[in-house]
Amino acid sequence: MKHLTIAQLLDKYPFIIDFFQQNLLDVAGFENQTFTEYLSLMKDAAAEDIAVDITALPEELKAYIEQMRLFLGLGQDSGVNSLTILPGTDKTGAAEHFKRLDIYPSQIVSIVGPTGSGKSRLLADIEWAAQGDTPTGRSILINDTPPDPKWRYSPNHKLVAQLSQNMNFVIDLSVGEFLHMHAESRMVNNAGQVVKRILDGANELAGEAFQADTPVTSLSGGQSRALMISDTAILSASPIVLIDEIENAGIDRKKALDILVSQDKIVLMATHDPLLALMADRRIVIQKGGIYDIIETSAEEKNFLIKLEQMDALMQESRRLLRSGKSVTAASGMSFLQ
Amino acid sequence: MNLVIFSGPPSSGKTSVILKTIGAFQRRGIKVGVVKFDCLYTDDDILYEKAGILVKKGLSGALCPDHFFASNIEDVVRWGNQAGLDLLITESAGLCNRCSPYLIGVKGVCVIDNLSGINTPKKIGPMLKTADLVVITKGDIVSQAEREVFASRVGAVNPRAMVMHVNGLSGQGAYELSTFLYDPVLQHNSVQGMKLRFPMPSAMCSYCLGETRIGESYQLGNTKKMDWTKEET
Repeated sequence: MKHLTIAQLLDKYPFIIDFFQQNLLDVAGFENQTFTEYLSLMKDAAAEDIAVDITALPEELKAYIEQMRLFLGLGQDSGVNSLTILPGTDKTGAAEHFKRLDIYPSQIVSIVGPTGSGKSRLLADIEWAAQGDTPTGRSILINDTPPDPKWRYSPNHKLVAQLSQNMNFVIDLSVGEFLHMHAESRMVNNAGQVVKRILDGANELAGEAFQADTPVTSLSGGQSRALMISDTAILSASPIVLIDEIENAGIDRKKALDILVSQDKIVLMATHDPLLALMADRRIVIQKGGIYDIIETSAEEKNFLIKLEQMDALMQESRRLLRSGKSVTAASGMSFLQ
Repeated sequence: MNLVIFSGPPSSGKTSVILKTIGAFQRRGIKVGVVKFDCLYTDDDILYEKAGILVKKGLSGALCPDHFFASNIEDVVRWGNQAGLDLLITESAGLCNRCSPYLIGVKGVCVIDNLSGINTPKKIGPMLKTADLVVITKGDIVSQAEREVFASRVGAVNPRAMVMHVNGLSGQGAYELSTFLYDPVLQHNSVQGMKLRFPMPSAMCSYCLGETRIGESYQLGNTKKMDWTKEET
């Protein structure tokens, strides 16, 4: 790195443009110098004005290149083929009631239990890739081995992406600009195509369609949720998605889960909603801070789920009819439950 | 005693994060105290007291809060050692984003929040750039995409720091943070002679000395003018 000019560096590691921008370093016109030469030409006052430590910057650029190379290597050697939870203890110190829980990509596991029962702790154990070093004493294995430390320490490798009910967009951009920004930070090559896929996916989930030029802050609750889910499924770097309830209104929840599992995500979903709890293949029952039971969704429950889905469809359809100014009558097909 | 220096923009969640983190220490029987620095007002000391934590507050009042920090940290450390603390945490708000209170040889933690917007990492100077650990809060209320973009931009301005997400409300991540803050072997008996990681701005002008009148003839010392010749980009 020492002997390469800025132009050569940019050619080899295009992503360092972000390092220059974020550190307010204007390298335009200095492309034929090395980074160290560029810094030595910078006046002390200029460095003080942007509050940078010139002597530390070359090391930081090196650290940044390392970090990004690791990040871009994602997919080749660091895919997650399985997530394993090994038991610890609950809040009373009693051993948890399971031997080992293996979850594979495209599987959905729901988490049920009263508020405050320890769902956050379970999520934190997974997010942190616990190695018996958290209050529960649980251990997490990735691909059947203790996880690579990068899952803890690197800003770009987080095991868990989260989707929660309180989430909002705070940035002032259009949907298209917003998705492009996310795609750029993920260094995807065909940003335009990816953005279109996300938008199409989101529109399939949302009741009401929106366009690339709609500002993200003016999306409805359902549209926002749809965009977040589609974006997390297609563009998030994290192989595990944790969902904290999906709201009922304005979004097709079944399709939402479908889009996540279609992208080989491992989905964990904390929920109080019977419909969602039963959509999962298995559910973790949490009590007193520990995993009390793991229940496979039975054939009988899956049959019951069909009933629940019919009821849900009835609710959705009534909502649609009433919203569009119609009446809820047998003639409009609203009597099938008797 | 261990010393840890926390800083971060106002309302980024420093106190919540520290409180949740201390909770993890209290369960382990480690005695923690806090010194809260602020400028004009704070009642965070009451929150710490309520949680059973030994606390002192220092208000800089008419002085620059970071200068105030630098001139008081030695006494703060003496107080902590006399009180028999295992861990002393100082908390201060970076009010203009230009200074940082971190010392070489003392762990520095920067707390910033997702809600402040994705351009914030660029706007915060040494307080973020020279931290050992960056804690990002309020991740439960912004979209996953914004969380990711925010974290990657933090990584660009401070590639050497460890970046963690902590939820100040649920405490998710606070236990994990606590494991990096206390080292039983490390002893900070005094900070005398230690150095700031980054010098404070060289500001000494007539307004520092109480001048209130506007106009060129009243401006003395280190003043700086906007550049009106450059074209805006």
